[in-house]
Amino acid sequence: MGVDQISVFMENREGRLAEMTKLLGERGINVRALFVADTADYGIARMIVDQPQKAIDVLKADGYTVNRTQVLAVEVPDRPGSLSGILSMLNEAKLNIEYLYCFADPERETALGIMRIEETERATELLRSSGVRVLEAEDVYSILK
Amino acid sequence: MYWNRAIECMDRDRLEELQLKRLKEVLARVYEKVPLYRRKFDAAGFDPRSVNALDDIKNVPFSTKEDMRESYPFDMFAVSLKEVVRIHASSGTTGKSTVVGYTRNDIAVWAELMARTLANAGTTSDDVVHNAYGYGLFTGGLGVHYGAEKIGASVIPISGGNTRRQVQIMADFGSTILACTPSYSLFLGESAIEAGYNPSKDFKLKAGVFGAEPWSESMRKEIEEKLNILAIDIYGLSEVIGPGVAAECKEKNGLHVNEDHFLIEVIDPETGENAPPGTLGEIVFTSLTKEAIPIIRYRTRDISSIIPGSCPCERTHARMARVSGRTDDMLIIRGINVFPSQIESVLLEIEETEPHYLLVVERKGHLDTLEVQVEVDEKHFSDEVRSLEALENKIRREIESILQISVDVKLVEPKTIQRSEGKAKRVVDKRQI
Repeated sequence: MGVDQISVFMENREGRLAEMTKLLGERGINVRALFVADTADYGIARMIVDQPQKAIDVLKADGYTVNRTQVLAVEVPDRPGSLSGILSMLNEAKLNIEYLYCFADPERETALGIMRIEETERATELLRSSGVRVLEAEDVYSILK
Repeated sequence: MYWNRAIECMDRDRLEELQLKRLKEVLARVYEKVPLYRRKFDAAGFDPRSVNALDDIKNVPFSTKEDMRESYPFDMFAVSLKEVVRIHASSGTTGKSTVVGYTRNDIAVWAELMARTLANAGTTSDDVVHNAYGYGLFTGGLGVHYGAEKIGASVIPISGGNTRRQVQIMADFGSTILACTPSYSLFLGESAIEAGYNPSKDFKLKAGVFGAEPWSESMRKEIEEKLNILAIDIYGLSEVIGPGVAAECKEKNGLHVNEDHFLIEVIDPETGENAPPGTLGEIVFTSLTKEAIPIIRYRTRDISSIIPGSCPCERTHARMARVSGRTDDMLIIRGINVFPSQIESVLLEIEETEPHYLLVVERKGHLDTLEVQVEVDEKHFSDEVRSLEALENKIRREIESILQISVDVKLVEPKTIQRSEGKAKRVVDKRQI
């Protein structure tokens, strides 16, 4: 139900993100989605990759600080207002979203929302019961090709 | 200008006679009253009654900051607390700060020495002394305060901070003597100009007494030009008495040590042997009159030398050169003494961090900044910015509560701070003083 997201602590210095993605590329790990949260001094790179455990091993072996976080991948119909409907539903159920990033997938006329949320299970049940498609990990990898 | 010409210009032979008499007294007193000195003297086979000349001091064991820390809080006091009327302390982790006490007589001596210091800068009872040294456990504020009051000047006990208000008060109250750290005086000058004042016209300042941090001749020139004043260097440390140990006269060529109260030596920090006049070495002080906490051959870790020859001002008391460095890793940031070990002990107590850190000191504008780089611990890395910021704030608050100065905390990637065998590089000091 949850999707493994990999987070990497990154100092804000030149070329650091390039170094990391290069390392993953060399080891045959495909990054499907990447989002960087940043502050003045450091950033957190959040990624969905096709081989999460391998990515963690590779990064740790190279000295990166890595952790694995469960996130929800939600299919959002690609039309105005659909995301806000989902967010209102979560809000009414008092489920707080820590962060969220979205991608449009024009070919399939949907978008994908990756969200870090409290009480992943309750959120999944709520969304599914309301007809929102919550994706399994494998689906995510195939969609984000 | 002299505050106490008879003493400050007294005949050298008579001064040394006075020093010897006082030295014998203080050695006998600490041997009797302070177990730490008795142990040290006995271990070194030193008998305080064996002193017949000032030179015999070289047989007396040294004391150090570690001795003071181990004696926390009052074990080095030579009197009971009943006789102590004031306690000051340097910053430190719990049980690690250096605590000093003063009897009523010590306070009177201190005021006398600070009166001499302020008189060196031309201070009289007609002056308005703007005292921007910090008041509190730090000795700077109250040291200047008592000296200025003794002279009969009007003291503005403004302490540190709130620069905008300082500038306005300096203009409105007509401050004539400024007392603060040298870097703060430049910051005050700039803030005054930013606020639309012309320091040469709108201020009545004529002189400043600056100390508590290292500074240079070029900085003196800048202060004197910017504020249109005479800037003199003053020196002291709380273990010895606070400010008032030594101060420049108007010749601005070395700081006259108040030798009737303190015996100064310069030693080779490696061998402990006394260094000849004019040679750089570690400054060692012995207090000759202090009652509450006499210090005997105290190693200051400050590097300086004794300037040979006499001073045109006619003062006979020896001059020490401007302090040019330290023999340990102590940093002086905005007048506050900071030891890397203090920061290390804070980090050791915070579960989420590793005690791998780097201190980066810079001077931005005229104010020192301290950045503490800390490695993120893998076990506690959260992918939420909020948690990392909370961690940064926690580290910052803990360090600030120990050091009493503001710091920036910067989280860095693990294993990026240099490890080295033996002495790790913990400090990068980028200041150009």
